[in-house]
Amino acid sequence: MPKRRLKELCINKEWCKGCGICIEFCPKGVLELDTQDKAVPVRNEDCVVCRLCEMLCPDLAIDIVEEEEAE
Amino acid sequence: MGGNLKFVQGNEACVEGALYAGLDFFAGYPITPSTEIAELLASRLPKTGAKFIQMEDEIASICALIGASLTGCKVMTATSGPGFSLIQEGLGYAIMAEIPCVIVNVQRGGPSTGIPTRVHQGDVNQARWGTHGDHAIVALTASNHQDVFAMTVEAFNIAETYRTPVVLLFDEVIGHMRERLVLPEHGEIAMVERLKTSVKEGVDYHPYLPREDGRLPMSDFGGVHRYNVTGLYHDMWGFPSDDSDVVDGLLRHLMDKIENQAAHFPKYREFYTEDADCLFISYGSAARSARHVVERRRRLGERFGLLELQTLWPFPHDIVKEKTAGARYIVVVEMNTGQICQSVRLAVSRPERVFLANRIDGVLITPTDIQRVIRLIYGKGF
Amino acid sequence: MPVKDYIRERFFPHIWCSGCGHGTVLNVLIRVIERLGLNKSDIVIVSGIGCSSRIAGYLDFHTMHTLHGRALAFATGIKLNRPELNVIVPMGDGDALAIGGNHFIHAARRNIDITAIVMNNRIYGMTGGQYSPLSGYGIFASTAPYSSVDQSFDVAELAAAAGATFVARSTTYHVNEAAQMIQKAILHKGFSVVEIMSQCPTYFGRKNRQGDAVDMLKYMRDTTTPIGSGAKGQNPELIERGVFVNKELPEYCSAYDEVIRHAMEGR
Repeated sequence: MPKRRLKELCINKEWCKGCGICIEFCPKGVLELDTQDKAVPVRNEDCVVCRLCEMLCPDLAIDIVEEEEAE
Repeated sequence: MGGNLKFVQGNEACVEGALYAGLDFFAGYPITPSTEIAELLASRLPKTGAKFIQMEDEIASICALIGASLTGCKVMTATSGPGFSLIQEGLGYAIMAEIPCVIVNVQRGGPSTGIPTRVHQGDVNQARWGTHGDHAIVALTASNHQDVFAMTVEAFNIAETYRTPVVLLFDEVIGHMRERLVLPEHGEIAMVERLKTSVKEGVDYHPYLPREDGRLPMSDFGGVHRYNVTGLYHDMWGFPSDDSDVVDGLLRHLMDKIENQAAHFPKYREFYTEDADCLFISYGSAARSARHVVERRRRLGERFGLLELQTLWPFPHDIVKEKTAGARYIVVVEMNTGQICQSVRLAVSRPERVFLANRIDGVLITPTDIQRVIRLIYGKGF
Repeated sequence: MPVKDYIRERFFPHIWCSGCGHGTVLNVLIRVIERLGLNKSDIVIVSGIGCSSRIAGYLDFHTMHTLHGRALAFATGIKLNRPELNVIVPMGDGDALAIGGNHFIHAARRNIDITAIVMNNRIYGMTGGQYSPLSGYGIFASTAPYSSVDQSFDVAELAAAAGATFVARSTTYHVNEAAQMIQKAILHKGFSVVEIMSQCPTYFGRKNRQGDAVDMLKYMRDTTTPIGSGAKGQNPELIERGVFVNKELPEYCSAYDEVIRHAMEGR
C-alpha cells in the first residue's frame, strides 16, 4: 500500500479561536500558535497524517490534504 | 344530510370529526374528562395505518405533535385543564414555528386539580393568554355533537390554512353527554389540505416567506428541502435572528394572520337576535340552557334572543357589537367568573348593560339559574 | 475531508467559546456521517436549548431547534412518522437530564430508534455557569458558590436502567473512539445513548481550577479508562469509557407497525 503523506495542512484563520488543542496533542509537534494566537503549521515535513488535529479541532478550522507518496 | 346516524359522547363526535378531517397522528396523556378521545383513537387510528402514541406527559405530547406535523401529518392531542397548562410551552413553539396542530381541551373545574369530573368553562382565558409572550390564537367551541364534529373539522382546516395551532375548547358536559350525531358523507364538508411547496429540489426554498395570499407552503422533513425550525425569532429560512426588523416583522405577521385573516369568518349561531330586547351570549354546554330559556320566553311572546359563539378567539368583536346593537340587556351565560363577559363588555357600546349569569360549582347552569338573573334585571313578574 | 459539504458555512465561525468541546463533537459527528455515507436529506437533527443545541443550526440536514429538554419528544413525533430517517438528538447535560430527564428515560424505555448524544460538560454554559445534574458533589458553579452538595447522575447507568439498548461513553479527548461510538449508535436499531464527556473551559474549567481546554482534555485523558481495564482495579475512581450496553429488543416504530397490522386485520 502506498504511504500517505501530507500535501497541505490548511488552517482557516477566520474560524480558529486559538485554543491550542491541536498544538498540544499533535504527536509530532507540527503546529504552533502565531502572534495573533492562531494555529499555524511550522513543521509540515514531520506530519504523519494521523489527522488527530483535524478531528480534535473544536472550530472545524483544520483541513488535512494528503497525497500518496510516489513509489 | 346523508350518512350514518350515531348515538355518541361528545368526545366521540370529536374523534369522528378528526378522522373525517384526515387525522394522521395523535399523541396524548390520559386525563379526565378527555380520555375517551385518546382511547378511541388508540383503537381507530391504526386501522387506517395512522399512528397513536401515549406520551409521558402533555408536554411531550404537544412536542411529538409538532415533530409529526413537520413530517406532513395532520395532528391532534386532547387534554383537560392541568394538561392544557403543561401544553402551553409547546403551544407557544407551534405559534412561533407556524406548525399546524389541533389541541382539544375538554374543560373541567380548576384551578389546579380542581374538580376533574365536573364541568367548568374556566380555561377560556388560558386558551387566549396561557403561553408566554405576545401572540394570537384561534379557539373554537361547540354546544352539541353535530357542532363538535363540525368545529373539529374546522379546526384542522384553520390549522392548515394559517399554519397555526388551533384550540378546541369543549367542556365536560359536552364531552360526556350522549346525543345523536349524523356523520356527513365524504366530501360533504370542504377540507383544507396542507399547502406543499412547489419549489423544486436545488432551488432556494423559504419556509417562512408568506405568499401573496399570506399562506406559507410547507416542505416535509425528510423531503428535498433542508431547512431549520426554531422557537427563536427567525428569518425566512428559519434561522435565528435578533435583527429588530426581523423580530418586528415576524411578530406582526403572526398577529396579523390570526387577528385579521383568520378572524374574517367567525363561527357563531344566532336565535331570534334581530329584535331581542334581552340577548344572551353563550357558548358550549351553557348555551344549551340559554337557548332553552329563549325558546320558552319566545313562546310567551317575550323578545329574548341568543348569540351562541363558536369562535371564542380571536374574539368576534364585530359580530358581538352588531348583534347586541338593538338589545336593551345583554346577559352572558357561562360557567366561570366572567371570562367571556369581560370581552363582551369591551365589544359592546353600553357595557353597563352587560350582565353575567354564571354557575361555578361544577354543575351545568340550568334554565332556572338563568331565569333568576333575568328576574333581577327585569324585576318582579319575570 | 470536506467538512464544508455538511455544514451551513455562512454561520461560521460558530458561537462557541475557544476550546469548547461542543465544537469537537460537531466535528466528530460530521466525520461519522461522512464515513457512513448518509444522504444529507435522510438526516434529522433535533436539539433542545443551551450551548449544545446550537449544533443543529450549523448542520446542513433537516434541523430543528426546539424547547429546553424536549428534543427527544419532538424527535419521537418525527421518527414514528418517518422511520426511514436517521434522527439524531444532540443534547446538553442539563437539557438531557434535568429539564429533559423524563423525556430521556421514556424515549429509552420505548426503545425508539433515535441516537441521543449527551454532550456532558457538567455545567449550564449559555446561562453563565450554573451547576447541572451532572456537576456532582463538591463542584463550584455560579449557583454553587460554596460548592455543590448535589450528587450527580451516571448517564450511562441511567440510560441502561431506563432501557436504552445501546449505551456508550467517550470523551472529546478520545476523538477516534468517540467517532466509533457515535457510528455504532447511529447504526444501532433502537434507542442509543452516547455520552461524550466534554469541556467547558469558560465556566466549568475556570470555576473549578481545571485550567484551559488543553488542561481539561488532559484531565479527561487521565481520569478515564476503557471498560474492563486493569487500571480501574487499581483506581476505582477512574471513569470507564466504551460500550456499556448493546442489545437487541423490539424497536418502537417496528413494533407499532405490528399494531397497525393487527388493527387492520381486525384483531
